[in-house]
Amino acid sequence: MTDSSRPAVEAVGLHRRYGPADGAGFDAVRGLDLTVHRGELFALLGTNGAGKTSTMELLEGLAAPTAGGIRVLGHDPYRERAAVRPRIGIMLQESGFPGELTVAEAVRCWVGLTSRARPADEALDLVGLLDRRTVRVKQLSGGERRRLDLAVALLGRPELLFLDEPSTGLDPEARAAVWQLVRELRAQGTTVLLTTHYLEEAEELADRLLIMHRGRAVVSGTVAEVIAGRPSRISFELPERSGPYGDLTLPPLPAAEVTATGRRVTVRTTRLQETLTDLLGWAARHQVALGALDARSASLEEAFLAIAAEAAGAAPLPIGDPR
Amino acid sequence: MTTVTGRLLALGRAEAALLLRNRTALFTALLMPPLMLAALRPILDQQRATSPGLDLHAALVGGLAGIVLLFVVYYTLTAAYVGRRSELVLKRLRTGEARDGEILLGTAVPAVVLAVLQLAVLGAASTALLDLPAPVNPVLLLAGLVLALALLIPLAALSSAFTRTVESAGLTTLPVLLVAQFGSGVLFPLETMPDGLATVCRLLPTTPALRLIRIGWFGGDGSVPATGFLGTWSAAAPALLLAAAWALVAVWAAHRWFRWEPRR
Repeated sequence: MTDSSRPAVEAVGLHRRYGPADGAGFDAVRGLDLTVHRGELFALLGTNGAGKTSTMELLEGLAAPTAGGIRVLGHDPYRERAAVRPRIGIMLQESGFPGELTVAEAVRCWVGLTSRARPADEALDLVGLLDRRTVRVKQLSGGERRRLDLAVALLGRPELLFLDEPSTGLDPEARAAVWQLVRELRAQGTTVLLTTHYLEEAEELADRLLIMHRGRAVVSGTVAEVIAGRPSRISFELPERSGPYGDLTLPPLPAAEVTATGRRVTVRTTRLQETLTDLLGWAARHQVALGALDARSASLEEAFLAIAAEAAGAAPLPIGDPR
Repeated sequence: MTTVTGRLLALGRAEAALLLRNRTALFTALLMPPLMLAALRPILDQQRATSPGLDLHAALVGGLAGIVLLFVVYYTLTAAYVGRRSELVLKRLRTGEARDGEILLGTAVPAVVLAVLQLAVLGAASTALLDLPAPVNPVLLLAGLVLALALLIPLAALSSAFTRTVESAGLTTLPVLLVAQFGSGVLFPLETMPDGLATVCRLLPTTPALRLIRIGWFGGDGSVPATGFLGTWSAAAPALLLAAAWALVAVWAAHRWFRWEPRR
């Protein structure tokens, strides 16, 4: 029944519609296929309103899909929630603990609601909240609340962990700590499905990812697969076109696409090293100082923005152009 | 593995801590029944002047039970559901192992315990002070109590669906509180009403369960002649069926309209 060779999450043809079936309703998820293998960390990315949270709620069994099938650890997460829930941990996008309870009381309540629960203090220690245990929830900072939420999600040592924007609202130090914790959990064999706004989070943590746009999957695969074929980017500022630089023109740059806005130039290239060599050689010969020079390989962020723009039917966004 | 009892207790324990820290709710739950009781006595005295057959003590005990159940269970719980919903506590709880019904019932545990304790204390006190007889049919009394809870808990869930903030619960619970107090024999015993009106009032959702409590204790409620243990069963049969029917309707309606998260 719980064949461990099968994926942790399998979703096929997922649809979720809010409101009536006619034009007044809204399709948040429109035919999504998704597979999360056991032991992997899978990131669900997308712009705001792409349908990430709607999808997560279906996979978590909080709502039934309008159409499509879901198996989570071999069960229907909505109809067979009693079989699924003891084996998964869920952290919603917004935490929900009574403000007048202390941190310890909130966790103790959840200990009573969770099979094979860790001791409350152990869970709080995992997320670095042990010294805040006697503080009322309403007095916690936003970041501390996120960590309390994570502690509760980890209480039952879940096989599968759902994290909906786990690091939103955390300061950089707390975010690094959460990343470290998630890595450790994965190393111990926990399957993790997370959504995030932070592309570097997905780049840092995810084995595989899926980018959603308007309820559909636009692209999926490993970070390397998603980035493959995306251009690298060079940007710099030219000096004023006056005096010795009056008739300055850039050299021909094969395999590159150049866009200029005033003095600011952005070059996209599939061959970063060659293009950069050509450019720097030219600058040395003409004694041109390239201001604010920046060269970078294709990143997930760049790929994401380009993909989102393409999916929206627009031209790729001018990345890195400050104006 | 967690058990239903374990989950209810975990939820109830957290909710009890919240109730103890919420002065408004605690005030309503602890002081409202004695205050209303103090107000009830002169009202009933006055009614006895006009309807000489009224069993004052029975009416008092029946009214008392109604007040405790309405304020401690129905009102307190409506506010509690609204509060937990607005803090997204209910939404978060639904991600766990507790089923929907358990979440609502677990939240109700402290209010129910408090109401039962108050009823026990007030019942014992009035027995001693008013020299009341022992309950004629304790089973019926208990059935009335259980059915009243089975009605008022889902009714609180239903009312919370139409309540945006904890503060506005005072307004949204008013219809049920008023209808129950005026129409279910709490402030005005049904036997003092004109026959037609009394018949209509006996059909109201909150009336049959409260009648069962009174028949169970005193063997009758003014409309049926007082009998012994066996006689009370046939006297109470219609109220028993009606109370169960209203409880089912309330559960259905709560299931249909209850909201687990705030409107956006």
